Parts: sequence; C-alpha cells; structure tokens
Amino acid sequence: MNIKDVFTPFTTWSKVVKDPVTIKNPIGREAAPRYRGFHKNDVEACIGCGTCEAICENKAIDLVPYKDPVSGDSGLRPRIDYGRCCWCALCVDICTTNSLSLTNEYTWVDTDPDNFIFTPGVDKKSWDDKKDGWKKPVPNYHFYGQTRVPMGELHAHERIDSFVEFIKGYSKQQAEEEADRCVGCGICTATCPAHMGIPEYIKAIRNDDMEEGLRILYETNPLPEICGRICTHKCEDVCSVGVNGDPLSIRWLKRYIADQIPADTDKYNDILVTKDIKQNNKKVAIIGSGPSGLSAAYYLALLGYSVKIFEKLPQAGGMMRYGIPEYRLPYDQIDKDINYILSVGVEIEYNVTVGKDITLEQLHKDYDAVFAGTGLHLGRSTRIAGSDHPNVYQSVDLLRDIVKEVPVPVERKIVVIGGGNVAMDITRSMARLQMKKFGEVNIITTSLEDEAHMPADREEIVEAREEGCTIIPGYGPQEIIIEDNKVKGLKVWKCLSIFDEDRRFNPKFDASDERIFEGDMVIESIGQGMDISYLSEDFKKDLEFDPRGRVKTNDRFQSSLPWLFLGGDIIQGPDVIHGIANGHIAAQGIDDFLFGNKS
Amino acid sequence: MSNKGLFGFKPDRSNYPEIDKDGKAILDLSSQKYTKLWLGPNHPGVTGNMAVELTISGDEVVEARTHVGYLHRGFEKLIERRLFVQGFPTSIRMCVAEPDTNEYLIAQCTEELSGYADKVPEMAVWLRTLVLELARLQGLLRGVPGQAGTFSLGIGVQWGVYLRDLILDRFEELTGARVYHMYIIPGGVRGLLPAGFKKRLEENLKEIDDFIVRIHQLMFNNSVFKKRSVGVGVIPKEWIDQYGIVGTTARASGVKRDVRKDNPYLVYDQLDFDPPTATDGDIYARTFVRWQELIQTVDLIRQIMAKMPAKGDIRAKMPNVLHWRIPKGETYVRLESGRGEYGMYYVTDGSDKPRRINLRGPSYTHGIALLERMLVNANIADVHAIMVSLQVCPPEIER
Repeated sequence: MNIKDVFTPFTTWSKVVKDPVTIKNPIGREAAPRYRGFHKNDVEACIGCGTCEAICENKAIDLVPYKDPVSGDSGLRPRIDYGRCCWCALCVDICTTNSLSLTNEYTWVDTDPDNFIFTPGVDKKSWDDKKDGWKKPVPNYHFYGQTRVPMGELHAHERIDSFVEFIKGYSKQQAEEEADRCVGCGICTATCPAHMGIPEYIKAIRNDDMEEGLRILYETNPLPEICGRICTHKCEDVCSVGVNGDPLSIRWLKRYIADQIPADTDKYNDILVTKDIKQNNKKVAIIGSGPSGLSAAYYLALLGYSVKIFEKLPQAGGMMRYGIPEYRLPYDQIDKDINYILSVGVEIEYNVTVGKDITLEQLHKDYDAVFAGTGLHLGRSTRIAGSDHPNVYQSVDLLRDIVKEVPVPVERKIVVIGGGNVAMDITRSMARLQMKKFGEVNIITTSLEDEAHMPADREEIVEAREEGCTIIPGYGPQEIIIEDNKVKGLKVWKCLSIFDEDRRFNPKFDASDERIFEGDMVIESIGQGMDISYLSEDFKKDLEFDPRGRVKTNDRFQSSLPWLFLGGDIIQGPDVIHGIANGHIAAQGIDDFLFGNKS
Repeated sequence: MSNKGLFGFKPDRSNYPEIDKDGKAILDLSSQKYTKLWLGPNHPGVTGNMAVELTISGDEVVEARTHVGYLHRGFEKLIERRLFVQGFPTSIRMCVAEPDTNEYLIAQCTEELSGYADKVPEMAVWLRTLVLELARLQGLLRGVPGQAGTFSLGIGVQWGVYLRDLILDRFEELTGARVYHMYIIPGGVRGLLPAGFKKRLEENLKEIDDFIVRIHQLMFNNSVFKKRSVGVGVIPKEWIDQYGIVGTTARASGVKRDVRKDNPYLVYDQLDFDPPTATDGDIYARTFVRWQELIQTVDLIRQIMAKMPAKGDIRAKMPNVLHWRIPKGETYVRLESGRGEYGMYYVTDGSDKPRRINLRGPSYTHGIALLERMLVNANIADVHAIMVSLQVCPPEIER
C-alpha cells in the first residue's frame, strides 16, 4: 500500500460533472417490442381450444364461457389470474390460432385485487390495441408438429386399372408421430356427429395401447374400419392444429387402431367384453343394414335386445358397400366390422324388402320397436332434355351394379354431372373400368359449383385428376345432345350463381359461355332421394314430415309413432358418421321408450 | 478490520476460548466472555437470506454456525410435478443472480436424456452462449463493486448497477424480460437477435470498458479497500479440494478450475480465453480475479457476437411439448456460472415429468461448511465481506 492508494479513489469525482444516468420518467418508459407484459387475446380468432390452459405451469389460466359453442369453437376463452401468472408466455407459444399474445404494457394499478383476474379481449383493457409485445417466436419454433405425416398410397398409374385399396395406412411409427401432434383440445369431439373420444383414442396410439383404443372407438362407433377409411371427417375440418398447419389425420389414426386388431370376432369380444350379454327379452326390428341400422343394432344388442335387421340387398352394409367403391373401402374391411356386430347376436335377413316381402304393420306386430335407416338409394335426375335417354344413367345404380357384379355399360367417352363425393366415386370407378376395357381414361366430370365450392372432398378431386379424369367445375348442364338416337355429349353453360337471394336453389347461367362435353354416355350424380314407400298411408297420416319430405323425429329419432324410430341419410347427413350417431342415439331412445327410463 | 486491530491494539485472546481435550472450544456463555450474534435471516438482501449464528468475543468471531431453511420454496419438487417444458420458468428462481444458468441446465438435461442434444440448431447454441455470458457479465457488474460495498464503499455499486441495467435492457429486447428471461427452452431458444442489437450491445460494452478502468482505480488502488481485503478471508490452496471449492474462489487460491475449459460445453471450445487466477486466496485476490473475469467476459461477448451465424433456426423439431416423454435415464450437466461450477442432476423414468431434480450450486459448500470455517477468528465487520467474497447465494442452497 502506498500513498497513491489514498489519492487514486478521488478520481471518482470526475464523474460529478457528467449528466446523471437515471431515467426521468421510469413509469412512462416504453418496454422493448418483445417484452412479455399483459395479455391480449383476439377473441374472434380464438377458438377456445384450451392449449393455453393445458400448458400454463401455474394453472393461472381457466377457460370460461364467452359465447355459445359452435362447430370448431368451444365458445370458451382464457381467463388469466395475475396472482398466479409468471409471464412465461408458454400460452402464447403454444396458441393454436396465434390469437393470444402479450403486449409490452407492464403497469397496472388497481385497488380491487379481483380485477387482476380478467379475460383478455373480453374485459377491455387499455393495452388491447398495442401492437408490440411477445408473439410466438420465429422461425421454425413450434410446440407441436405442423405438418401431417404423409400417407402412403399407390401411385395413380398403379391404381387406375384395379379396384385395389390404394391408401396404404400408417405404420406404427407414422401413427405415433401423427398422434403426437394432437393437442387434445377435444374440439373435434364436439363436432363429430357421434362425439367420438378422439383425443382419447389418439392418446391410446401414443401409449401403443390398441385394445384401449378399440374400446374407445366402440363406445361411440361400431364401424371403425369403415369410418377409418371413408368418414367425411368433420373433426379434421375443425381440428385446432389445422388452424396454423395441417389438421391431424384423425381418420387415418382411427383406421390405424382398427387395423391393428385382427379380424377375429372372439378377439373383439374379449377386448370389448361383449360375450354373454344378458338378454332382456325385447325384440327390435331394423330396416336396412346401413350405418345407422348397424349402429342401432349393435348398441341395442349390447343392451340385451334381440335385434333383427331386414336388408333388401344380398349383403349388409347399405351404401357403404353398394355406394362406396372398393378402392376406397375394401369389402373385407366392411365384413370385419359387420361380422363383429353379428357376433354380439344381431341377425340379418337378406333379400327382404320391407313394404313388399313383409309389411311394416307385420314388423310392428312382431316387434317391440322398429328402427328404419333405409338411406338414399334413388338417383336424382337433372330432368334436362335428353336425360330420359337409356344411355343416361344414375350413379347410384351403376355403383350398386359394380358391387353386385352385374355388367356395367362402359363407353369410350363418359360425361358425369355432379360435384359431390358420389360423383367422384362414379367418375373414378368408371375411369377404372374404362382403363380395363380400353386401356385409357376419357371421362369428364362437371359441376355447378366452382372449384372452391365443390362439395366433394378436396383429396377426391385431386386423386381423380391424378388418375386421368378431367374435372371441369362451374358449368351447369343444359341439354344432353342426342343424334341418331345416340348420346353425343352434354351441353353446358357457365354457372354464375347457384342460389338466389333467399338462399333457394336457382342457378343463373351465362349462355354465351357454352361448352359441349363429348360423351357416349352420361351419368347423373347430383344427389339421391329416399324410398320410404314402406310407410303405408295408414302410418303416414300419423307421421309428420318436414318441407323436404323427411319424417319429423325428436332428438332421439323417435317419430310421432312412438314405436317407430328413423335415422341415417333419410333424416340427417347424408354421410356414414351421422348415420352411426343417429343409430346410437336411437338405440338409447328405444331403450328409454321400452323401459320408461326418461332420464 | 485487519488482524492488527484498531490503532494497532491487539487484545490478548490466547487463553480463550479455552480448548477442551477433544480440541473443541469451550464456549460457556454464562462466563460472560462470549456473546451470541445473529446475522440474518431477516434481511432481504443476499447475505441476510440465511442465518449465521455467531459467537463472538469482543469483536472477534470465535464460532460460526450457518442455518439455512428460511428460504426453502421446494422448486425442485415443483419442477418434478411439471411437464418437461414447464420446468424452466420455475427453475430460474433457484438462482436469481444468474437465472439463465438454470434454464440452460434444464434444457441441456432434457435434451441429453431424450437424444436431442445434438439436434439443437447452431444458431440456438450460440445464442445460449451469448445469454450465459451476458448473465455472467450482469452478475459481475454487481458482484465486483459489491465487494467494495461490503466495506461501505457504495459508489462503485451505483456505477455497476447502472451498467447492469443497460445489460438488462439488452436482455429485455432479446428475451422479453429483464431479470427472469425464460429464454433458453428445451430444444433451443425463444428468439433471434432483434435488429440493431449488436450495435446497442457494443455501445454498452464500451461503457463497461470505461467502468473496468474506473473500478480498478476505485477499488484496487484504494487504501481502505486494500486494508480491509488483503490478508482477510484467506482460503489456503489445500482447502480447495477438501471443501469442493469452485470457480473464481478456487482460482484466486491458485487452483485453475473452470468448467468452460475443463469440460467445454456449448461453443466455448471455439472461443479464445484463459481463466484468470491468483495465488493469495484472500478477499482482494478473489475480487481481483473477478475483475479480470469481467474483462474476459466482455471480450468473450465480443467474440461471440463476431462469430455467431447471422441467422438460422432457433429450436429443434421436438415432440409435442404436451405429451413429451423422456426415456428412463439420469444425467448430470454442469456449467461454469459466475460463482463456479453449477450443475444439475436430472432423473427421468419414462413419464412426461422428471423423476428427480437436484441442483448442485457452489453456494452449498461455500455458504455452509466453508463459511463456518472461515468466520472463526474473523472480525464482525468482515463477516459480510467474507460471505460476499464467497459469492454465497442462499436461494441456490435452498432450492
């Protein structure tokens, strides 16, 4: 130590002449643009999926009602307790809709502690309009997989000349990877007509517990192999993961579970504990073995009912077998689901048309209740000029004939009218038959709706084009051109609008944009009608009908004749999953009706 | 006070405390020769978070007992009940002085056990290194002048805290928060450098360069500081392994121990640095080593900013955080914090939550066993100085 050490510290005094470094107004200081301050939520973009609540490590977030739930929106919104929040912003990072963010506002003085529990976006705050603050980081920062695990499928040239199933199905690794993307919000469950336990069975895949998965599937859906292939998957349309990314492949995951269980009814009975069901000595007749009929039959059989299905066609399955082509839904998979339903005691009598071979009166007399799920098997005609020509066909008739192995007329050039999934089915089926017969595909499918509004699933349209089919949306059929009593083609006009101001079907055309689609045969596929002729006049006078000619039923699908329940495409839909849901609910309705349990 | 005592007067205490036949001091309070003095645990500052029970004779400590448990919040257990991704916001509370070290340990442990350690993007690895060095820098900006603060030399602390605030400004714009950054997440980090960050950081570093010179004049050329720190709180080299002393505390006693060199992690093997050492092992040496480390940290940050890639991914593609399960396993990950080796033992059992977490920080040995030994024969006025010179951080002892 020396004398220098005494004086050197005084150099500090040189700082005295410098400006102070303190901030004059610390309260008004604007925080950094990325600062994690108070929450804000775009309540219109938010779908109430609740992943913010799931990831909050302090349980500071609760989902509270904001509006009535609708498909794809739980109606709930996150409420945040600032007594618990630690501003980690994990809720922002996982937000499926990117609606939740933090602003860089950080001062809030209030005398009432309860005010610090608030619902951002609903309870208006001064910082709601602030642009800066914490947002989900970029780039490539995701808390769950954004892209779908691609499904293996046969290439178009491998599949176009046969009806072999072209979707290969997920492997174990693929299924687990896809299942991992699920955030478990359950918005899918609310939207699924059958309210399947989707997050739960996806969890079973993650846990590699296929038996548990199968049990969850059968709680609400006795046709998982079928639904796992051809369900219209409304669940995927609302999947919260799909808001910013690909929605979960819910349908393929369901198929994965069902595919893992061998086609052995004993095995199914073991897993689902459906052996030796106690009978209750009540009998129920079911008309039609489509999805609604099979679903009602299965759940009634589980409740101990003696169930008999009357089927008009030689095999069970209804439209699932006779309407959906084999390349999408192989027959052995239909049989797998149906054989198990038969194994729990359901009987099917084939080739019996109710109303012809046996009357509804007779069923009413012999059975305690009747469920009718007879579907839409009548093709609808465009009724344009020439549509009564013998070379103008109905898609449902042709599809049925293909299954029944009845020879189907196949011409070199085919025109299909329709833009729905059935139109795609007949287009792609006829394309395969053309390929087999002529070695080339020459088929044009046209629809009123433009490309963006075609009712068919997007993938159906894409796959049809891959297979060489020409799809020209946005044109309305005007006339089937017939020369020398032979079909020559279809005249169409550009469709400007389909519905009028009152939302009634009233298409407007631009006659100046006219095209002729050449074809040797025309297939109409513009929707199907129902045949409910088995309801005799005696019954009809006691039934109520809606303006579309459908029997009115209550929420349990019970008609005004209390013993008669109706469901499936003749009531709702049309699709398989609505039929399954209707059958399930009707089964409970029948049970309540017969045992007076109204709870 | 130095060993010479006030005005050179040194009381004769050769006869007491009397030593019994087992070599232990006989501290009979009823003899009125000794007084109990409690340091803490009622103080919110670092040295008061834990209690030191002092038995004093005059103004000299004859026995010290450390008591912890007043601050225990059960963070390890809280993390064991949370998903892997939910751990880091809690972990940072285990050491407030350098919270980022906890985030890094949790992230690295989970990545190692789940097989993602080598999948963390390069950009994220550099940003992690930057954040850890910035954390060290803000710790030293408080710690180096803070040592003088224990001798009531407060001016350096004021300079340091101002500069630390500038670094916190940089933290704020990079991580979204000033103190609890919550930036290093399993799989990567939570954001790229904002535009203009490098320029603003360099401006701050320039101010710190000036501070480094001034603090040298203020502390190391200061008769008061020297009188209070030279030869006080001496840690002999033999104690280093006996007590498990780490970091700058070990280096000031001549044992070169630095995890960044001994067991390089992140990108430290790509950076040019040599941990400073000293031999005296007293408070002065420890503070001087830390002052040198301050210079080195500023240099490291400049190296990182120069070598860091311009852009890149910030997080590896990881499993869904809500279902992330890590196979059964255990690991110990360590890093060099400003206080020394800081490690975490992490056990997983195949579920979606950690089975066991144990944080091992330097304060556990420095602040409990070593402190008890060092305080004997110290003057009461030096107790805080010794404690601060060991960089004891009670929150890290009591996770």
